[in-house]
This record gives sequence, C-alpha cells and structure tokens, in this order.
Amino acid sequence: MVLSASLLYGLCGAALIGLGLYGFVVHRRLIRRVLAFNVIGSGIFLLFGAAAYRDPVAGSDPVPQAMIITGIVVALSATALALALIVAHARLARSDALPEDDRSGDPDEGRP
Amino acid sequence: MIASIFDLTLCLVILAAAGAATLGRDAFMAVVFYIVYGILIAMAWLRLGAIDVALAEAAIGAGLTGVLLLAALARVARKAGKEPASAASVPATTIATALAALVITIGIAYAFLTLPEPQGLQGHVAENLAASGAENPVTAVLLNFRGWDTLLESIVLLAALLGIWTLAQDEAWGGRAGLRHVTRPGSVLAQFGRILPPIGLLVGVYLVWAGSKQPGGAFQGGTVLAAVWIVTIMAGLMQAPRVADRALRAALVIGPVIFLALAVAGIFAGAFLVLPPAHAGWLILAVEAVLTLSIAATLAMLVFGPPEPEEKR
Amino acid sequence: MTASALALALILTAPLFGALAAMLMGRRGPAIALATIIATAAGTLILLVIIATEGAVHLAIGGWEAPLGIQLRADGLAGGFIATTALVMGAILAVAAKPFAGGKTERRSAYTFWPLALLLWGALNAIFLSGDLFNLYVGLELLTLVAVALVGIEGKRETLAAALRYMMFALMGSLLYLLGAALLYAAHGTLDIALLAERVGSAPGDIVAAAAITGGLAAKTALFPFHAWLPPAHSGAPAPASAMLSGLVPKASFYILLRFWFEAAPDLAGSGVLMLLGGLGAFAMVYGSLLALHQDRLKLIIAYSTVAQLGYLFFIFPLAGGESAAQPWAAGAWSGAIFHALSHAMAKASMFLCAGLIIEAIGHDRLPGMKGIVRALPMTVFAFALAAITLMGLPPSGGFTAKYLMMTASFAAGQPFWALMLILAGLLAAAYLYRPLALAFALPDEDAPAPKAVSRARQFAPLALALAAILLGILSAAPFAFIQIGRPGAAVEGLE
Repeated sequence: MVLSASLLYGLCGAALIGLGLYGFVVHRRLIRRVLAFNVIGSGIFLLFGAAAYRDPVAGSDPVPQAMIITGIVVALSATALALALIVAHARLARSDALPEDDRSGDPDEGRP
Repeated sequence: MIASIFDLTLCLVILAAAGAATLGRDAFMAVVFYIVYGILIAMAWLRLGAIDVALAEAAIGAGLTGVLLLAALARVARKAGKEPASAASVPATTIATALAALVITIGIAYAFLTLPEPQGLQGHVAENLAASGAENPVTAVLLNFRGWDTLLESIVLLAALLGIWTLAQDEAWGGRAGLRHVTRPGSVLAQFGRILPPIGLLVGVYLVWAGSKQPGGAFQGGTVLAAVWIVTIMAGLMQAPRVADRALRAALVIGPVIFLALAVAGIFAGAFLVLPPAHAGWLILAVEAVLTLSIAATLAMLVFGPPEPEEKR
Repeated sequence: MTASALALALILTAPLFGALAAMLMGRRGPAIALATIIATAAGTLILLVIIATEGAVHLAIGGWEAPLGIQLRADGLAGGFIATTALVMGAILAVAAKPFAGGKTERRSAYTFWPLALLLWGALNAIFLSGDLFNLYVGLELLTLVAVALVGIEGKRETLAAALRYMMFALMGSLLYLLGAALLYAAHGTLDIALLAERVGSAPGDIVAAAAITGGLAAKTALFPFHAWLPPAHSGAPAPASAMLSGLVPKASFYILLRFWFEAAPDLAGSGVLMLLGGLGAFAMVYGSLLALHQDRLKLIIAYSTVAQLGYLFFIFPLAGGESAAQPWAAGAWSGAIFHALSHAMAKASMFLCAGLIIEAIGHDRLPGMKGIVRALPMTVFAFALAAITLMGLPPSGGFTAKYLMMTASFAAGQPFWALMLILAGLLAAAYLYRPLALAFALPDEDAPAPKAVSRARQFAPLALALAAILLGILSAAPFAFIQIGRPGAAVEGLE
C-alpha cells in the first residue's frame, strides 16, 4: 500500500489527539491544560481535513474547510474565556490550578 | 496524492513540536513550541490544499492563541506570586493516562483507516457556486450555504468577550481594557508599531476583498486588523479603549447585527437567510466588510482582557 | 413569506438581537429583555399553532437543501422545548429585573447579565431547531461559553473555581463531540440528521463517532461520572442564573443526545451502551440524592437534586431499547423522558428563583435561617412546595405523568428495575426536599432577625412556573399529543 498524503496527515491528527489528551489529563496547571485542549482541537481538525482530501480527482472538499475555520474561531473563543478565567482565579486564589488539584504545590507558599 | 518525504518530515516535526508543547517542563517554552506548532500545522494545511484554513490556522490558531497564552502566563505569574503546582508526578497515574491516550489514538486511527469511500460535497458546491455570490468555494460555504454557522460563530466571539468582561473587578468597570503599552519610545517594538499598521491595514483589507474570489475572508482579515491594533497599543501609540465606549460597542455588534438583519430579510425572499442570486455577490461583500470590523474589534478586545483598575498601572 | 418562516425567524433571532442591543445599551437591559420576551413569545405561539395544525415544519436555511445547507426542523419535540424555554426564561428575567436593574451608572454584573442571559436563550432556540450536527456544535459552544460566564458572574474565588471546573469538563465535551461529527462527515459526507439516518451503519468509524458524541454530550449533561462540576457551578451563580443553568442548559445537550440516538443513529444502539447509559443515570440518581440529603445550604440541595433528576432522564435509553424494542412501550419511555425534562425545567427554575427570593429576604441560604420563612414569603414557599411535588413525581404534576409513562414502559418491557429506581428517586426527593419545607413551615426563632420584604409581583414568577409544572400533569393529554407530532420512528419502535 502506498502511503497517501491524506492518510499520513490523518494518522498525524490521531496522534496529536492522543498527545493532547495525555497533556490535558496530567497537567495541573490550567494554562497547560488549555494549551493541550488546543493541540487536541487542531488534531481533530487535521483528521477532518485529511479525510476531506482523500478523493484525488474531486480535490479538497470545501465544506469541511469552512467547518474547520468555524471550529478554529470557536476554539479561540473558548481559549480566550478559559484563560481570562484562569487569570481572574489566580488573582484571588494565588494559584494556577483548581483547588482540588493544588496539593502538589508547595504547601507553605502562597496559600492565603 | 502520494505522501512525499517533505510530508513525512513535516508530520514528524509537527509531532515533535506538539510533544514539546504538551510535555515540556517549562510553561513559557511550551507556549513558544505551541506557536511553532501552529505555524507547522498551517503548512500541513497548505499541503492538503486548504489555503483558507492555513491562513486561519496561522493567524488565529498559532498567532492569536499564542499571544493569549503568553499574556495569560505573564498575568498569572504576576498575580499568583509563586510558581504554581506542576504536572502530577504519580507514576502510576501517568502511565495509565499514557496507555489510555495510546488506546484512544489507535481507536481513532483505526476508525480513520476504515472510513468508507469519500463522498464529499465538492460536486454540490461547484454546481451552486454561481448562485452563491462568491467565487471562492470556501467563502461560498461560510457566507451562504452554511451562513447560519458563521453568523452564530460571530456571536460566539462576542459571548467570549462578555464572559471576559464579566471577570473585571467591579470598581474597574467602564475603564480601559487591561492591556498597557509595554515599550519605551524608540525601542524595537515602538518602531515596529509605527511601520506595521499601514502595511497590516492593507493586508487585512486585501484579505477580505480577495476572500470572495481567492483564499482569505472576514476571519483571516479581521485577525490581521486586530493584530495591527494590538501592536499599535503595545507600542504605546494608542491607548486601549474603555469598555463603556459607545463607538467600541457599536463596532463590536455591527457585524452580527447586519448579518442577522439580512437573515431576517431573507424570509421575504423565500426562507431564512436567503441571499437572492442576483444580489448575493455584493451582499456577501457587504456582510464580510462589517463582519471584519466586528471580528477585528472583538479579537483585539479578547486579547486586551477585562478592564483593570486605573491605579494599578 | 410564510408564517412558519416568520415564526422561526422570530424565535431564532429575537433573543440574539436582544442580546446585541443589550450589549450596546448598557442600562436598558430589563426593557430590552421585555421586548425580547414579547417577540420570542409571539414567534413561539405562531409556531405552536402551525405545528399543531399542519404538523412538523421544515425549513432549508438560505433555500439550500441538505446535504449542502443547514435544515431547521420544528416538530412537537422542538416546539415543546422552545415553548417551555420561553416560559422559563420569561419568569427568570422578570425576577432578574430588580437585582440586575440598570441604575444611573452602568454596573459590571448588571451590564453583562442581560446580553449573556439573552444569548443563552438564543443558543437554546438555535439548538432546539437545528437539524445539523455541526450547526448544533456551534450552538452548543455558544450555550456553553455563556453558561460558564454566568457561573463566574459573582466574581468570588469559589465561583471562579466552579466556572473553571465547568469549563474544563465542557472543553473536553466539545472536543469529543467535534471528533464524532468529523468522523461522521468523513464517512457519510453530511451532518444532516435526516440524511445520516439513512447512511449511518456500524462501521468502526460510526461506532467511534457515536461513542465520542455520546461521551461529549454526557459530560455536558453532567451524567455520572462527569457530574463533579455541576453542584458548585449551579449553586454558586446568582439565583436567576442558577435557574437557567439548572433548569435549561443541561436539557440542551440531552436534547441533542435524543436527536442523535433516536433520529440519526437508531440502528447503532446496542443493548450494552443503552444499559450503560441507564446504569450511569441510576448511579447519578442515587448519588445526587444522597448528597442532596447531606447539604445544609438550600441552593446546594437544589443543585444536587439536579444531578439526580438529570440521572433518570437517561432511563429513556434502556427503556426504549433492548427487550422492549418490539413493543409500543418505547413511545411511553420517550414521551415520559420528555415530560420529565420539561417539567423539571419549570420546577427546578422555580425552585432556584424561590431560593433567590429567600436569600434576598434573609441574606443567605443556610437551612436553619429559613425557619418560619413562610410568614414572610408565603407565595414563595407555596411555589417551592408545588415545585417539590413535581420533583418528587407526585400526582397531579408533570413529574408524575413522566414517571407514570416511564414506569409503565418499564413494566411492559419486563425491566422492573428502572421502575424501582424511579420509585426510589421519588422517595429520596421527598426526603431531601422535606427538610427545607419543614423548616419553612416551622415557627420562627424568637431572636431571629426580621426578613426583608420581597414584593408580591416578584414572588409570582416562580409560582407561575411551579403551577405550569403542575398543569403539565393535570392537562397532560394536550402536551402529550403535541410532542408526538413528527415523532421519530425509533421512539415508537425502540432503539436497536
């Protein structure tokens, strides 16, 4: 079997989803989790776009492209709100993690 | 198309950059790698023949998201006052998570490999392109065939902005949005800030104008315009606007308002959001123009953040 | 121009126009909300009449039929949710007009509340009418971002943490849903629900897609084990926001689950996945109820009750599938779950509004402070009691009709376990709602500070909602017939 470009990028997308998922779960710092969210998102988009590029005769399908652009903007909106929440929370809690995840930090420092 | 050595290398570099961005220890370096990663992904989109997506990914996915992440890191470091808790260090959990992620990856890859023959909508789009009012098929989908998605999406941006404004402290309400200029006069950024705006304005307007025929469009153009505004403020040439500013608020909502009005007007032409083919061309251009203004204003305000108390300068 | 197009346009755009106007004009929120209520209610009434007389409405947005364009579908199910949402939002916004009043200078929370609340309404209506999985994704994202923002609107440390926790679950849920949608499009070249119904098979891609979509939506509906975000988020928001978040928001993701399983992919449902969903729902019901028993704050009791009540919405899956597939009782399960979703929306919103009025009167929501509150707020306590009857599933409420339908389906399908769980759910609800009610009717402590007065007009709003939930039971024949209009085949024949 010859490795087609769409197949290669599709598998790359699947790997990015796994990588991002791992990062999302293991990180306690919320900014890192938001970053991982974006990696998963772009992995899904890449998978979606690669699937739309499988038909060599018809060329790339514009409908998934439009959906991906919409998805990128939606992901940006979610990222912006999540990061602003993280900053506002850090101002009051003096921590970049949720209260239940904050035990791994230095207990003597920064806890009001 | 058969994958070339270039494609293979690009995928490996993408995975390496993503690995550095998600697994690396240092948060700042992780964000830097994320921005690199975004640009690489944009290159992948070029390889997949999706130039519009490549532009959106480079401008929004890599550029704006990167700026947001960097700004959040700086603000949290200032406010949290300590290096926050790092990644979980329980080996068992880490290994279990890695295994789970691997299984999920394999499952998704398997699903991808076993997809049935593609049956895309290229044909449908091509058939109706002439009636859509746009020559670029992606623009035709975004502004006409699936215009309702795009209309809702422009409102999603505003929802995020409202959410961010809600996070302001009460006493800061009505004040200037959070971003302060960070450069001394004469520095590189200040120089950059003088040179960039005219070029950026030109590029942004071109992207919107060209979007109906060639790749580009309101979101890509709006992002470039937002970047111009952001750099101008960072260079100290302008101040960020007050959130209570009437002109600002009008700029934020005008795109979605006009798009919505057009959607309602469509019911007199037959159905919700109908663009009569005879007028669809200029209607799309007009909607894109006002949407670009609103998107640029909204994206810039997303980066500036909520208004901050004046005395904390 | 047809009447149905006008009605749909009003329902879809009036809340969005209202939100944009409120964003522009900071201090006019309540007036804009009133205009929005009138316009949306008018559209809703026209639509209900059209659905009732002419059947389900279909509209191709932009004139583009599927698979190219997005289809709007307004059947009895959509009409029921849209009408209930209009009623609930109307009552909530009426109560919110005072705490979020415009005032002379613009205040932060009073400014952001109105556009957020109206966007929430717009997002809900967009979801209820959409027949396209990607369009539903955009609508769901709008809803989620607005909901997260409303959770954090008080700006306290705990509420920001609650909003962040909610955000993290929601982000994951969105990604899962998006992955599923991407795989379905890649396989079938459409995301139109009606077209997918003809094309979805049981290829590995379809199974992964269905799992991802279900997992993502379950996270957004706070199904066990994704429930952890819900109680702090729903109890930490201001009462009118809590009422929207608890009464309406989780129903949207559940609604998409219904559309997906009963309309897009009914043949994909194996008995394993149906049992799993029902089992998780049963677990959520027990877990939420037990925790509700242990709370000492009224809003937390109501929030944990939501975990429980959302749990047994999921009984629809085992009851409509498996052994009952050959029987007409699947229709009972389907109708019962919808009755439950609608009556819970009204009763739960009413309860949170009641809690808000009680907080206004005594300054907090700790249970001991509620002693004898019935003297100061008789209408509010009456409304709370009526809403409690619905949540317990006692006759003659809408909650009773829901339970009756689901229990009948359960026995007819030879799955009495779910009926037992429904009885247990009612008993547990009675137990956790008894404490606040008993305290409210008790004699007040002599040294207790006098509660602040709350106007009758504002107490009327939650009462109207609670009464509506009761009426849904008393007059159940008409709504029952209405939601059957355009009912999917799988609702009758069962899943699988």
